[in-house]
Amino acid sequence: MVMQLDGPATQRARPPKPDMPDKSAGWFKIILLGLTTAIAIWAAFPLIDNKAWTGLAILIGTTAALLYLYLTPRHIPAKYLAPGTILLIAFQIFPVLYTASTAFTNFGDGHRGTKAEAVVAIQTASVTQVPGSLQYALTVATTGDTATGPLVFLITDPATKQVSAGDANGLTPVEATVTSAGRVTAASGYTVLTTGQASLRSKEITALAVPTAGGAIRSSGLSRAYEGKAGRVYDASCDCVRDTTTGKSWRADESLGLFVAGDGERLAQGWKVTVGFSNFTRVLTDPAISGPFLRTLVWNFAFALLSTGGTFVLGLLCAIALHSKRVRGRTLYRVLLILPYAMPSFAMLLVWRDMFNTDFGLINNLFGTDVDWFGGSASARFAVILVQLWLGYPYMFLVATGALQAIPGELTEASRIDGAGAWAAFRKITLPLLMVALTPLLISSFAFNFNNFNAIYLTTEGAPFPADNPANGATDLLITYTYRLAFGGAGAQYGFAAAISIFIFLIVAVVSAISFRRTRRQEEVYS
Amino acid sequence: MRIRAVGVAATMTCAFLITGCGADKTDASATKPSAAAEAKAGGELVIWADDKRSAALKPFADKFGAENGVTVKVQAISKDQQTTFVTASQQGSGPDVMVGAHDWIGNLVQNGAIDPVQLSPEQTGGLAPNALKAVTFNGQTYGVPYALENLALIRNTDLAPKAPATIEELVATKTKATEKLCVQVGQNGDAYHLYPLYSSAGGYLFGTTANGDYDPKDLGVGKPESVAAFKKIATLGEKGNGALKRSITPENSIATFTSKKCAYLISGPWAVTDVKKANIKYDISPVPGFAGGKPAQPFLGVQTFYVASKGKNKALAQEFVTNYVTTPELAVALYEAEPRPPALTAAFDQVKGSDPDLQKFIDAGKNGIPLPAIPEMAAIWDPFGKAEAAVVGGADPAKTITSAGKTIQAAIK
Repeated sequence: MVMQLDGPATQRARPPKPDMPDKSAGWFKIILLGLTTAIAIWAAFPLIDNKAWTGLAILIGTTAALLYLYLTPRHIPAKYLAPGTILLIAFQIFPVLYTASTAFTNFGDGHRGTKAEAVVAIQTASVTQVPGSLQYALTVATTGDTATGPLVFLITDPATKQVSAGDANGLTPVEATVTSAGRVTAASGYTVLTTGQASLRSKEITALAVPTAGGAIRSSGLSRAYEGKAGRVYDASCDCVRDTTTGKSWRADESLGLFVAGDGERLAQGWKVTVGFSNFTRVLTDPAISGPFLRTLVWNFAFALLSTGGTFVLGLLCAIALHSKRVRGRTLYRVLLILPYAMPSFAMLLVWRDMFNTDFGLINNLFGTDVDWFGGSASARFAVILVQLWLGYPYMFLVATGALQAIPGELTEASRIDGAGAWAAFRKITLPLLMVALTPLLISSFAFNFNNFNAIYLTTEGAPFPADNPANGATDLLITYTYRLAFGGAGAQYGFAAAISIFIFLIVAVVSAISFRRTRRQEEVYS
Repeated sequence: MRIRAVGVAATMTCAFLITGCGADKTDASATKPSAAAEAKAGGELVIWADDKRSAALKPFADKFGAENGVTVKVQAISKDQQTTFVTASQQGSGPDVMVGAHDWIGNLVQNGAIDPVQLSPEQTGGLAPNALKAVTFNGQTYGVPYALENLALIRNTDLAPKAPATIEELVATKTKATEKLCVQVGQNGDAYHLYPLYSSAGGYLFGTTANGDYDPKDLGVGKPESVAAFKKIATLGEKGNGALKRSITPENSIATFTSKKCAYLISGPWAVTDVKKANIKYDISPVPGFAGGKPAQPFLGVQTFYVASKGKNKALAQEFVTNYVTTPELAVALYEAEPRPPALTAAFDQVKGSDPDLQKFIDAGKNGIPLPAIPEMAAIWDPFGKAEAAVVGGADPAKTITSAGKTIQAAIK
């Protein structure tokens, strides 16, 4: 809207008296640009905090470019293009690039962060209390200002109530007043911090370790201290983690993103590394994937085609029936037909799942049957397609009704006069014209159903599974099957999942490209 | 002129925003002495829990905040708490304290998301030994447990007056109800609810190392013991005496029991609220095992407070988790939010008088073993459950469980 008003408005702004609409447009623009700047500033702080300078440069550059673009009267075409381009980059190109780049890494559980983070995690996790050591009451104090002065741990021996002051150099005994619980209330030369004051210096307190003969005294919270020892330390000279008691070492393996010992033992905490094409080759070579792949793909196509085709035929039939002016109460019927579409499909899928229950389900109870619906391959496949039909036909009914109403009645009338029967008129005139309007919708519906995760995951979850293969079920689509592979067994494997999603994307893209090409030919014929 | 006006307005907006944010910044980091410190005297502690528990935690968090001059924020995470926590931690937007189940530990540790907690001997002495064992991983204590849960046999005393000693006795009980036993299986099985029977029939999931930890190298699924166990389970299946059925699902098992169609229900403390609401006369006893078999071992689950590794205020988080959660008042309040037996012995003693079910659940869990917290456990759930569903539906036990074992082994590597 701003953009539309902008061009003429700025030209007209030159006469001495601008008129009213210009002013309101100006305010609208001010608000929008103000908001843009506000969002940019809001986004800048976390970037500065994380020292993401590239991101910050992009942010500043984009914001400056936007402000310049809309504050000058020039570059009219760019004013129209900029918002769409930015949205395209943010919501289409960036996710695709991010997915593609993730596919080349081992990003997933155990490999989420950097190597430095893994080393910190390993060292922190290895700190244990020195056997037989004491538990001390801790009071955090300082020799200077409460907010900035150097920190000191005032540590009270549980037995003797002797207080020592500890810092990075070690312990020194001090005179202090102590409560019955051992907390220090006052000590000469030190200012005792309240919990509130201490909590503001959390990082320094966690980092402070007072060296002792057996290890170091560390804080456990703000009121207790213990003598602890790091069981594992990172040694930069050999790029390995060493156990301080047994001497065993785990060497960093940059191709796996793990610390691996000589005997093959791996430390749990790993880091994210680039693994090249191994996620892609795994998809192609893993027998667990390639074995049932073809079967799953065939069923996946059948599911998508039957769901789309079935809903289309059913929806079209209803639409044609209600298109006839002789039907009484058409509006009521139309409202009733649209009802399934108005209900949340998420909930409906769960309701349908329960209706197919063998012993307690509505369907078996209603018909007095005893079919194990989700137990047999054929019945389970029939069931999920039936559910899709019910969920999907109102949509097709809606669009078909709309398209039918757009076809001029004279065309059918003319064909009747020429001697065509009702069926011939439908087949030769109505249907082709309908298809011109509806084919793109059918293609998108196919692409949606091809990856219809919920339709399977909320009903059968892929069941039934053959007794000898719990990884691939009869109603599994590629998306549910690969979801199980990537997130079922060894925790979340985002890198692997990204590689799989690229393959699925390729399949859907090829199918859609071929279909659209055929549609174009169709359009050339009938338009 | 118009352009200038826009420019001025935008600059002013920027200026306002910068001063606004700037003021916030100085408050939070408190690098300025005294004046700023007085304006905001304490740090901030962020706690994440599920919906129910965050409501129960709120008053105690506020009390902790007021006593110590700090701000405590309790935020409810209603779905996928573990994933949300790990992802947010990695991005640096996670909480300081996380509340969740103990079997997350393995995954949280390998992602560097939680720190061990250092408890004094007095504090560990006040906790149920089972609960403490559950939160111990690789020799370290990774959180402070506050509540226990395990499966038990809940029975409708009108339909089944006597507690059965064995599963055979349960099956032989004459009852008016259409279903004898409600134990959720569903289309794809349920390893958690099957485990007591599986263990009673001699099966195991992971062996243990010398120090009592689970050993992922010794996988019990697919071993001869597991085949024998599944043969016994098959006798309870749809082709056997029908005690186990795939049509009893996680969604309908409790509802079927509360509508008096089932005489027995295998479930945990979370089912009791519904059972009470349905005005059913009920009693709780241990899950029975097979006659002549090993005792049925339910899994012990422990609800735990974790200290986040990447929290912004770790010292305060440790103070809250190790020195405040270990007090009985909080445990009692959490019990009142959802009736699971408190892990803190003092709190348990306080509430057991008013709720006899608690002791019964504890008794039912006497033979229980902690739910394995090792990351490899993630590979068990799905294939094991499906093997169960297949065997209950009448598939060959030996073939099914062997291939489940192979799938799990491949995922663990």
